[in-house]
Amino acid sequence: MTTARLKYLLAAAAALVLQPLCWAGEGPFFITYTHQMEEPGNLEFAFKTVMGKPDGGNRFFGTVAEFEYGVTGWWTSELYLDGQATRREGALFTGYRWENRFRLLSHEHWINPVLYLEFENINGADKSLLEIVNHDGQEALGSPNAEARFEKKREMEAKLILGSYVKGWTIAENFIAEKNVRHAPFEFGYAVGVSRPLAMAARPDRCNFCAENVQVGVELYGGLGTHEQFGVGGTSHYIAPTVAWTLASGTTLRISPGFGTTGTSAGYLLRFGVSYEAAQFGRAARNLFRGGRP
Amino acid sequence: MSTLRIGCFLAAIGIAAAGGGALVQSAPAIAAKLQNPLESDEHAPPAGAKLYARECASCHGVNREGRRNAPSLNRPAVQAAAPGTLFWVLRNGSLHRGMPSFAHLPEAQRWQIVTYLRGR
Ligand code: HEC
Repeated sequence: MTTARLKYLLAAAAALVLQPLCWAGEGPFFITYTHQMEEPGNLEFAFKTVMGKPDGGNRFFGTVAEFEYGVTGWWTSELYLDGQATRREGALFTGYRWENRFRLLSHEHWINPVLYLEFENINGADKSLLEIVNHDGQEALGSPNAEARFEKKREMEAKLILGSYVKGWTIAENFIAEKNVRHAPFEFGYAVGVSRPLAMAARPDRCNFCAENVQVGVELYGGLGTHEQFGVGGTSHYIAPTVAWTLASGTTLRISPGFGTTGTSAGYLLRFGVSYEAAQFGRAARNLFRGGRP
Repeated sequence: MSTLRIGCFLAAIGIAAAGGGALVQSAPAIAAKLQNPLESDEHAPPAGAKLYARECASCHGVNREGRRNAPSLNRPAVQAAAPGTLFWVLRNGSLHRGMPSFAHLPEAQRWQIVTYLRGR
């Protein structure tokens, strides 16, 4: 690594450590995207884990580390690093994803479209279950790591995200299309979610245990087959109530039990996550790099 | 189309749409007619101050003095703006010039911020 690159990396790491954490109070969803973009210059970092056990397979923990950066007010870019651990099979790094979200309309409307484009380079052992497409089901989750890790998945994914805020409720619908860059058909999926905070107005004092800091919701997501075999036959679907709690320090904790609603789905998935946000990270990193204060 | 091309395309639309002038002055006249339901709520200014520190101070400064491209919110045009105009600014932001939308905050919280901004 060149000295300049090392200097840049160190500056970025220092900026992250030295920047005050700010409010990461995003909604409670794990799977469904809303049209809320990351604030320009802010960096959110999050860990999300899903725990499950396919029929006849071993219990697994799929984890992603997520770095979300607000490039501009209408463009958010995000890097995911995926890994998993399966009982009796060990743990492994399963790949990365890079996504970009573009808000298509500059003002707030009843329905707000966002275009999502992602490139993922993961292997067949990936169990982060960040989206369900095609006929994804518990069968694939049960295949042993020793085999699955050799299956390469280089995929492009597009989502149309529609989001609305109505009287304190957040309503979002995502339509997913995914394609392996080399072969396989277009695969489809969906996610929808509804949520709201427990209180609409804020209390004057800084508080951990106040209703305004808690958001509750429910998500529905699943596969829709391929362009050759479109439909819900033989696909997985989940219903998942979800709760997010943001502490006064700005850290958000999320938890969501998910229940498979078809024979192909895993019976039960438990998701949990934590996220933090560094305000104006980009500016701090640039200043530090130029030799100034963060 | 590559991500980069789409980015450039959207940037071009953005520049075309951004126009000029202060943001409060670009709000439609009808926005100003909206009444602040929390105008005389005694909890609104301190709650708004808490929300301001959390959501806005990193760009507009702890004392609303402004920083870099984020203007001072103590300047006369902002102080004189109708509550409904400020509410419109918080709902829509100015995505192409760096002001995020705060539509994800419940309306009551946005009105609390507006009450705080107008109190001096
Ligand atoms: C990421 C940085 C950022 C954050 C966070 C932010 N703003 Fe802004 N704000 C800006 C920028 C940049 C502008 C100028 C936009 C323009 O000129 O179109 C602006 C403009 C404004 C204006 C219009 C000022 C004028 O002179 O017309 C108001 C009012 C305002 N912001 C209030 C707020 C409030 C209240 C919050 C918190 C709820 C907030 N802003 C959070 C960056 C930010």
